[in-house]
Amino acid sequence: MTTIRIDGRDWPTRSDINLLQACLEAGANLPYFCWHPELGSVGACRQCAIKQFSGPEDRKGRIVMACMTPVSENAIISIDDPEARDFRASVIEWMMVNHPYDCPVCEEGGECHLQDMTVMTGHNTRRYRFTKRTHRNQDLGPFVKHEMNRCIACYRCVRFYRDYAGGDDLAAFASHDNVYFGRAEDGTLQNAFSGNLVEICPTGVFTDKPFSAVYTRKWDMRGAPSVCVHCAVGCNTIVNAREETLRRVLNRYNTDINRYVLCDRGRFGHGFVNAPTRIRTPLRIIDGQQVPVPTADALTAFAHMATKGRVVGIASSRAALETCFSLWALVGAKHFSTGQTRQEQECAELAHALLTRHPGALPTLHEMESADAVLVLGEDVCATAPRLGLSLHQSVRQASFHTADNAKVPRWMDAAVRTLGSECPSTLHILTPAPTDLDSVAAETFHAAPDDIARLGFAIAHEIDPSAPPVTDLTPDDAARVARLAQTLMAARKPLIVSGMQYGSRALMQATSSIAAALARTTPAAGLSLVLPECNSMGLAMMGGLSLETVMEQARAGEIFTLIVVENDLTRHLDPADVADLVATVPNIVVIDHTMTPLCQHASLVLPIAAFSECNGTLVNQEGRAQRFFQAVFPPAPIQAGWRWIQTLARGLDPSTLPVTGLIGWGSLDAVLAALATAFPGLAPAAMAAPGGDYRINGEKLRSQTYRASGRTVIRSFVSVRDQPPPASPDTPFSSSMEGAYEPDMPGALVSFYQTPAWNSVQALNRFQFEIGGPLRGGPSGICLLSPAENKNTQARPYTYTTDIPPPYVPQANVVLVLPDTRLFGSEELSMFSPPIMERSSAPTLGLPANTATSDRMMLHLEDGPHVLPVKPVPGLPADTALCPAHMVARAFRFPRMARLEDFPGEGERT
Amino acid sequence: MTAASERPLTAMIDPAMGPPDCATYERAGGWQAARLALGSLTPAEIIDRVTRSKLRGRGGAGFGTGQKWNFVPKEPASERRKYLIANADEMEPGTFKDRWLLEGNPLQLVEGMILAAYAVQAAHGIVFLRGEYQEACVRLHRAIGEARQQGWLGENILGSGFSFDIHVHSSAGRYICGEETALLTALEGRRATPRSKPPFPQTGGLWGAPSVVNNVETLCNLPHIIVNGPEWFAGLGLGEDGGTKIYGVSGRVAKPGAWELPIGTPLRQIIEDHAGGMRSGYQLRALLPGGASTAFIDTTALDVAMDYGSVEKAGSRLGTGMAIILDDRTCPIGMIRNLEHFFAQESCGWCTPCRDGLPWVERLLDAIEDGTGQDEDMEQLDRHARMLGAPGRTFCAHAPGAMAPLASGLKLFAADFTAHIQQGRCPHHAGAGP
Amino acid sequence: MPIADLSLPAPLRTEILALAAQELHPRGASVAALRLVQARFGWISTAHLREVANLLGMSADDLDGVATYFNLLFRRPVGRHVIMLCDSVSCWIMGREPLCAHLCRKLGIRPGETTADNTITLLPTVCIGHCDHAPAMLVDATLHGDVTTESLDHLIDTLRNTP
Repeated sequence: MTTIRIDGRDWPTRSDINLLQACLEAGANLPYFCWHPELGSVGACRQCAIKQFSGPEDRKGRIVMACMTPVSENAIISIDDPEARDFRASVIEWMMVNHPYDCPVCEEGGECHLQDMTVMTGHNTRRYRFTKRTHRNQDLGPFVKHEMNRCIACYRCVRFYRDYAGGDDLAAFASHDNVYFGRAEDGTLQNAFSGNLVEICPTGVFTDKPFSAVYTRKWDMRGAPSVCVHCAVGCNTIVNAREETLRRVLNRYNTDINRYVLCDRGRFGHGFVNAPTRIRTPLRIIDGQQVPVPTADALTAFAHMATKGRVVGIASSRAALETCFSLWALVGAKHFSTGQTRQEQECAELAHALLTRHPGALPTLHEMESADAVLVLGEDVCATAPRLGLSLHQSVRQASFHTADNAKVPRWMDAAVRTLGSECPSTLHILTPAPTDLDSVAAETFHAAPDDIARLGFAIAHEIDPSAPPVTDLTPDDAARVARLAQTLMAARKPLIVSGMQYGSRALMQATSSIAAALARTTPAAGLSLVLPECNSMGLAMMGGLSLETVMEQARAGEIFTLIVVENDLTRHLDPADVADLVATVPNIVVIDHTMTPLCQHASLVLPIAAFSECNGTLVNQEGRAQRFFQAVFPPAPIQAGWRWIQTLARGLDPSTLPVTGLIGWGSLDAVLAALATAFPGLAPAAMAAPGGDYRINGEKLRSQTYRASGRTVIRSFVSVRDQPPPASPDTPFSSSMEGAYEPDMPGALVSFYQTPAWNSVQALNRFQFEIGGPLRGGPSGICLLSPAENKNTQARPYTYTTDIPPPYVPQANVVLVLPDTRLFGSEELSMFSPPIMERSSAPTLGLPANTATSDRMMLHLEDGPHVLPVKPVPGLPADTALCPAHMVARAFRFPRMARLEDFPGEGERT
Repeated sequence: MTAASERPLTAMIDPAMGPPDCATYERAGGWQAARLALGSLTPAEIIDRVTRSKLRGRGGAGFGTGQKWNFVPKEPASERRKYLIANADEMEPGTFKDRWLLEGNPLQLVEGMILAAYAVQAAHGIVFLRGEYQEACVRLHRAIGEARQQGWLGENILGSGFSFDIHVHSSAGRYICGEETALLTALEGRRATPRSKPPFPQTGGLWGAPSVVNNVETLCNLPHIIVNGPEWFAGLGLGEDGGTKIYGVSGRVAKPGAWELPIGTPLRQIIEDHAGGMRSGYQLRALLPGGASTAFIDTTALDVAMDYGSVEKAGSRLGTGMAIILDDRTCPIGMIRNLEHFFAQESCGWCTPCRDGLPWVERLLDAIEDGTGQDEDMEQLDRHARMLGAPGRTFCAHAPGAMAPLASGLKLFAADFTAHIQQGRCPHHAGAGP
Repeated sequence: MPIADLSLPAPLRTEILALAAQELHPRGASVAALRLVQARFGWISTAHLREVANLLGMSADDLDGVATYFNLLFRRPVGRHVIMLCDSVSCWIMGREPLCAHLCRKLGIRPGETTADNTITLLPTVCIGHCDHAPAMLVDATLHGDVTTESLDHLIDTLRNTP
């Protein structure tokens, strides 16, 4: 820490930051554009000019760019200096030379950083009297709209897209005042993080295309802190709603996880909520037809079913903890299934066990960014946990940071650090069956069958810690690779080993944890990270329950009379034959879901559940972090939260039959969580993921709209002009309107939008942090349920390595090893109900090792029959393996499996 | 070169003969310096000699060459990748000195580069040549090829253990590439925008490696400094600075051209003695002493010595030392408009003031020159001259360079501006005809 | 099929790969490679740009960002001959404006355009370092100084008659 003087007042400040950050952290209103907390400084826009004085005697001073000037001991600076003010006003005026005055029709209006900065500098009259330059806009695909005339050329877009996110299809073109930011030709932006351009762009060049179709001003929307449901990383989001419809998803800063960036699946996957596939009323089969029925009718029907025989509940790893737990409370532990196959469940539970046992660190995504050696074992994180992949992508910069440190160049001096680091070796090593998007920044990639990768992993662990079991019969090449990787990992101060359950391989995860544990003996910071498939996979693993196989056995034995399936499309887990069996053997299938999944057609009763944007609940991400999501929408009855549906069902039953007696009396989410804590002590802290429904600031609820929100009465004036009381929920501390408390230091879990005086764009976030890029003023959002700290005492309890090392993969005649081609867009369930994601997903292909395909289309024989697929050559894919898109060919697809592959009849030989 | 010439840079240039080949070059005293340096001098000794010679960069900025080299990490060339780059991106309007050296005696540049590379222990040499210099490109390639064949380039030169080779990079036309950091960015196959310092090129330049960028004329001086000694070189200058300088004059003078003269030669002498004074019927009104990005000086300053310090005292810069003459029948506003058009077009588009300020200036001047100027336009021109002129406000020196002729012109030609706006036309008529 | 849609001839591809191999990173050869393509085809078509990008391991977007940055790289077709008339200060003083007007009249085009018979493209260029012989111009690779309307007329006639 040091002290600097800003306009005559002394401020304590960090010494490793630049003057712009220091000024902002001191609460000053200093305008800027090109600087971004995550992208660093490049000095392009020249907006943050201030005066710096060489000492107390210096009256003249000199203009410097605050973002390019490091904080120095006792620096004396002035923001108010007239010359600096003049210059900043000029800079804005230059930016506005070509900027259209289209704020009234611009979708950035009201949350535009350029608007804020223009007001901040006082520029309000156009003096440029000549023609403005104009540009042609491009069609950039289903996610992002492009309006280049608004561009102020801050270069943030290309710096984010190319330098930060690793994209290569967005560039700066031409020169002087004709610079253009776009693609060489119209077309869909290919990077998985393209949607962030919407927030990175300080004005309206890049805007949210799906939002545009249902556009409404920021100030008119209700915001709610939420958690992404499209993978297990648990990125924090803000959901925005108006007129009780979800409009968009924005990034919500969580210093440990997503920070400033969401993946496109997370940002645009929410479309399932408003899709035509949405279930809005109970449905019941009457005379062989599924028809909408009143809720009372549905409840009566259920009560009738429940008295007839055993009720088994099937939960889901995409359902909230409260929903799963209420189902558990309704059916009892013995009749509660996790809704996963044995393989999935074992993998998820293994992940939990391995993380709990790990003697080293369980790094957050942010901590992963500073890992100085990363080994990924058999997981395409770019597809299964995209945001985690982006953090690994950042980790390759560590060497350049060290070079910069040696050259005394601050790490935030972005362009300079990249110049210095241009020859720094990557520290990322990838061993996967198929190529991944991270390969391009990896020091080394190696492709092999999952078992062979696991063997390499076990061998690395043995190389690091000889007490770990050895792997026999390694080829000399593999032995050399093992020695090299072990050496690299042992030399690192902060190594990280990553795997996951994409390939359904326990061995892969065990090998991964063995390496991490071996490293942790000497390097306590050795990190382990395991990717899970769904947003609450970990929460469910911590609850446990029957596997689907067990449920199938019971069903086939005729033991199940009613099956309640909550937010789970069993067709994604069970082969069609199993589903048919289930339908045939279970008289009543009750599906509680928000979306008409293929399973629903088999249901005798369907109940409409609230989607994540319409209710409140808790999810446990793959690192064991419990996080609360809140509702932005108050859905019309009968749509309600999962636990309320189950409670409603329970109320129709004989209370004495209920395993958990309190179920009927739960009055709020907090009551559910209290009961959960009793039943599952390991999950007890989940109650503290966010303040409870009774939390108040100065006696007030927290508002979820800006004080400018308009049209409260007008919106429903076609019904009545009377002011209606805003909807309310006992589950949250929020008021659903603009009334209530709101301040930058309110709890981090309860930030529903970012706005502070003079800062209406997402950049207002700076005001919610003491240190820019650091934790939120109001404390962390969410709470960690796993604590590796308990395992630190390694002397006392030596780590028990698994000895279950698989044999090498041996290709078999006439069949190929089919591996899942997990896709960013296409494999995940809910996002595929979202129109823009559907548009973005590409048709299924069959990936085969390059030069092995004998025709352009081939037939793959899976359990559910033959599938004819176009062949896509995949360079580097191991011999005798095939890549088949997960859930896109056979809907339920379990991996790995052997399958027969043959030429598609009628297709000519490849020429 | 054996007998120390008073015009060492150009002594060997004979347009009738074409550039000397290796043998001719050697007969005329070439390769002595390289032989001496690689044979018996340490890199430190060369840096010391060049520092003592008072040689300053001839590209326009005038930074001490020896001083510049001193920042380069000292590891031997074999241990660390380093680059020595000749800046032959001569694009300053009104400047044609490097072309003379490149076309006239490319081997002199090659030898200069060997010396510089040896001094900073760089194994990789690059000539960054502007794309339009096609004849220079051909001759340079020929010279490098010959030098390589004769063992002056390549592995283990003269058995010294020092290896060095030169690659010619033909650019594709962007003024900003003359700025040394933008030049490095261009060499990396990127959009040539300047870089921030630190890192300075000497420590983190091309592909992050230590790199020295020297102007062609600067490098061409080196063989002579090494052979004849720093004191001889320092003594060539008439004032503070050492050596000779190539001066030139363009515009309506009797004999436009370029001449190698002692540095510090008075401007009047250059114009009157060497350029033959003004063409008949034309009077000298003002001039840019060192290229488009230097401030106008008028006839009252004609006796200024053309060295770095003196020209600065006279309110301008030595720049490239190539003067552009404004005569009395050419519209000064038209001339400034032409200059600002150039600077606006050649702005790389990286920083706001330069990218969006210069086109505004250009349009204001267009309006004034075309007769649609307004009184407020003068305030806007003044504001731009003020806001863009001071260093540190824009990312690089492009915009301050652009403002030099404007700011000085606003003072010097105030009456012309007023006349244009009041009369609603250019009193000189548009442009200037022969 | 226009020539620019054809893929690059094999020797040219080889030459580009060789250039790339000389560089520490292939992208260092981007300007040189694009100049080679332009020397062969007169300009750089999108198809060719893509191919070069591929050879250099860059995205087309990335390479086009470079291509569109430089003045001498043509991303649109030009005529058989390109006249680059200097428009910088010394040449302006020495009367390049009337010369340009003369050329435009004679060719029936404006600066930046190509004659209908595809013979000549007229482009302005920044100072070409021939200021002592202003006004100056580059015609293809040849430097011309002390240009007059008469010498221009003569030149145009010659160009029209040379392939």
